Amino acid sequence: MSSKKPTENPQDTQQPNGFSRRTFIQGVGVGSGAAGALLTPSEAEAALGDVVGPGAVSMTLKINGRNHTLEAEPRVTLLDALRNRLDMTGAKKVCDRATCGACTVMVDGEAVYACTMLAIEAQGREIRTIEGLSANDPVPRSFVKNDAQQCGFCTPGFVMACQSFLEHNPNPSQADVEAGLSGNICRCGTYVGVRMAALDAAKEVKGERRGY
Amino acid sequence: MATKYDWPSAADRSVIGSRFARLDGPDKATGRAKYAYDRNPEGLLVGRLVTSPHANARITKIDASGAEKMKGVRGVVLIQDIGDEVQWVGAEIAAIAADTEEIARDAVTKFKVEYEVLTHLVKEQDLDKAGNRVAPGQEKDEGDPAKALAEADVTHEGFYGVETITHCCLEPHGNTVHWKGEKDITVWASTQAVGRIGADLAKNLSADPSLPKVSPSDIHVITPVMGGGFGSKFNIDSWGIAAAKLSRMTGRPVKIMLDRDEELKVAGGRPSYYGKVKVGAKKDGTLTVFDVESWSTSGVGRGGNPALPYVVVPPNQRIRHVNVATNTGPARAWRAPRHPQCAVITHGALTDLAAKLDIDPIEFFKKNADLTQSPDVYRTELDKAAELIDWKAKYHKPGEGSGHMRRGLGVSIHTWGGRPHDSECRVIIEPDGAVSAELGSQDLGSGTRTVIAMVLAESVGLPVSRVNVKIGDSKYPPSGASGGSTTVGGVSSSTRRAAVNAVEKLKANVAEDLGASSPDEIEAKGGFLQLKSNPKKRIEWAKACRKLGTETISEMGSQPDRDGGKLADSGVGGVQVADVSVDMETGIIKMNKMVAVQDCGLIIDLKLAESQVYGAMIMGICSALWEERVYDQMTGDYLNADMEFYKLAGVGDIGELVVHMMTGVYDDRGVIGLGEPPAISPMAAISNAVFNAIGARVSTVPLTPDRVLAALDKKGGMA
Repeated sequence: MSSKKPTENPQDTQQPNGFSRRTFIQGVGVGSGAAGALLTPSEAEAALGDVVGPGAVSMTLKINGRNHTLEAEPRVTLLDALRNRLDMTGAKKVCDRATCGACTVMVDGEAVYACTMLAIEAQGREIRTIEGLSANDPVPRSFVKNDAQQCGFCTPGFVMACQSFLEHNPNPSQADVEAGLSGNICRCGTYVGVRMAALDAAKEVKGERRGY
Repeated sequence: MATKYDWPSAADRSVIGSRFARLDGPDKATGRAKYAYDRNPEGLLVGRLVTSPHANARITKIDASGAEKMKGVRGVVLIQDIGDEVQWVGAEIAAIAADTEEIARDAVTKFKVEYEVLTHLVKEQDLDKAGNRVAPGQEKDEGDPAKALAEADVTHEGFYGVETITHCCLEPHGNTVHWKGEKDITVWASTQAVGRIGADLAKNLSADPSLPKVSPSDIHVITPVMGGGFGSKFNIDSWGIAAAKLSRMTGRPVKIMLDRDEELKVAGGRPSYYGKVKVGAKKDGTLTVFDVESWSTSGVGRGGNPALPYVVVPPNQRIRHVNVATNTGPARAWRAPRHPQCAVITHGALTDLAAKLDIDPIEFFKKNADLTQSPDVYRTELDKAAELIDWKAKYHKPGEGSGHMRRGLGVSIHTWGGRPHDSECRVIIEPDGAVSAELGSQDLGSGTRTVIAMVLAESVGLPVSRVNVKIGDSKYPPSGASGGSTTVGGVSSSTRRAAVNAVEKLKANVAEDLGASSPDEIEAKGGFLQLKSNPKKRIEWAKACRKLGTETISEMGSQPDRDGGKLADSGVGGVQVADVSVDMETGIIKMNKMVAVQDCGLIIDLKLAESQVYGAMIMGICSALWEERVYDQMTGDYLNADMEFYKLAGVGDIGELVVHMMTGVYDDRGVIGLGEPPAISPMAAISNAVFNAIGARVSTVPLTPDRVLAALDKKGGMA
């Protein structure tokens, strides 16, 4: 029922592991709840072959160019997989519901809130995390130089959001930066530095190859 | 009296006062810095809390069996027991440790608690509805306020308030705790008080006779970095004690970090303040009287005395303050406790009074600067702030203007102490030339680590890159908790003294080689030990250190030190002005610009000092425009314990910010703390700017669109 070809709606794209958001919802929906009500019994039956879990399953995530295999329940978010299974603790857990951006990573070249993507959904995709950047890369270096951080807990998310933003917007104005980084929240109040860091880093990120 | 420890004069400083990037910046900006939340020691269990859904209830039954028998659940501890009362939503009842976070969360849903629900009060805005929850607070009379009000040429009466806000630390409160042996506990703590956590935990554990007795020195506290505290992270708290007990029970490390809703419900809270104010002045603008009936809530506990009237203190005063006990999360200290709220109440009333007098508020504050503790400081800073925001060109009388976007300016002034806390520092010089400072202090993001390195580098005559700073660990000499802007003075003083003492030893070691009859003839500068009288006669630092052979120099420095001169001080002033635009149709406020003028004595790192002020202004913009804790009286529940509806500013919401540090002017006073002062004035300045823009007082902060429109309605619409 799901096409092997990419569709217009990326949410319906079949993933290499045979899992898609559509089949997940169907699996969850069988027999109960609002989602279940949307399915005919035959549709639900057809979906059963794709159901994984609820126990831990093995999955492989390609992070910063390297494959990592882990065991986790299908309900585990990409953020929890990174932090709790792989000890990649750069992405932070703050709001855990796609408000604050502290968990920002890049998936297939786009900034993503890792708290709101299931780890199992991220299989077969190019995941880039803060661990893939070094202090000599333009964005982290500009954050340090412009003191775009205080306690630093929002910083890795901000750096990744900024990295993604600049890869898509090589010549931003301050207004562009303010719109482009509006999905991240800092509590210490480092936005003056963040604005300067983003504009500063833009000069260096420009022309860099996208992705790995 | 001059001492050998005194700060070098401006001409002799090579590091202090410069703009140095924070030392832990690269680790933070690449995600390498390890916070308490990031600790995953071998065998880690994850703990979650069972919390109260009721605002006021007595626990009648606890059934942990459903949780305990779950596969993967390793331990359960009670924080409250049957018969105990829980007095706010989110109050901690039990903690469960499990193999994974997912199992721990499932286990919480299987943990059953039954309650006898009691009556609650969660809203204190309307004092008439507070009934027997009102407890008397400060009562103060100065002069003859009634007579002064009667005799004033102009009087004004108004209501001003500030809602409770919550700290919302991005790294929530919590710890990773490993109780390894009888007397061996490691706590990776998200704390502002590395030196206090051990004693706090030991004291709390000693209340449980079933546990082995531990002393503070048996507890190793590690906090190299922490993700925000703002006054709310001084104690081990129930979840830290529970993590220790669970670790003891299981023999494994246990991490309990609060969920976001828990963080907002129980781990933060700056008291609300409301005041009905009467003020009076002479025709020339001289303030003669301040009369206030104020109230506040700190949760079920008692709050302190208000700081009213704030900074501008007329001879006649009447203060009547009461505390309202509400079933809300308990208050915690917030940057400059009471000051921001009392600035809104006082300076709001004074700005409205100035309008009645037809006096420009900047002129009004200058006129009344004699009623402050530092008239000249405030006059100078008011002038500077006015200049930087182009006040004279942009100011208009309140409400003047046309169209649906109205622009306005507002001002506020503030003060804070910021005395140095007690601090001990050990400076070690090793034969290989390595130099380090060790302090049991902590860096909250304020730049403490960097400041210590700069003081050390300056004092030993080396670049910052050649010195080491070891902090955030309880095994180092004790330093005070980081609260009340006391850290920078404390650690700068102790580091300076230890470094001077250590270098003195090194000088003595090379005096003979340099042909000096006493170490006093030698100075450490530019990487050399050299004769003051003849700098060409010198020895390179590393070579001098090699002469130590197998000896290591280890010297202490203390703050306070009665014989060590005065390296730090307290008491600062500051002025902030705001320029806002208000949409008269939607009530939405836009920040155009804000200026902060701030003195804080001798500044060690100008870059990080400015960052502190920018940060304080941005936090202040958040609380001025959006932040408020919202409770529902019907259910007693906390409605916005998340980050969608507990709103904070984003990068595009802050406008242009200008920081002007009064560098050079007050250097002789020594180092003074900066964490609190600039966090005080933003709400008052912005509130006053909105008044200037729309010609109506929005009585309560945050200045949300509904409140702006209500104030406009009351005034009679847009006219």
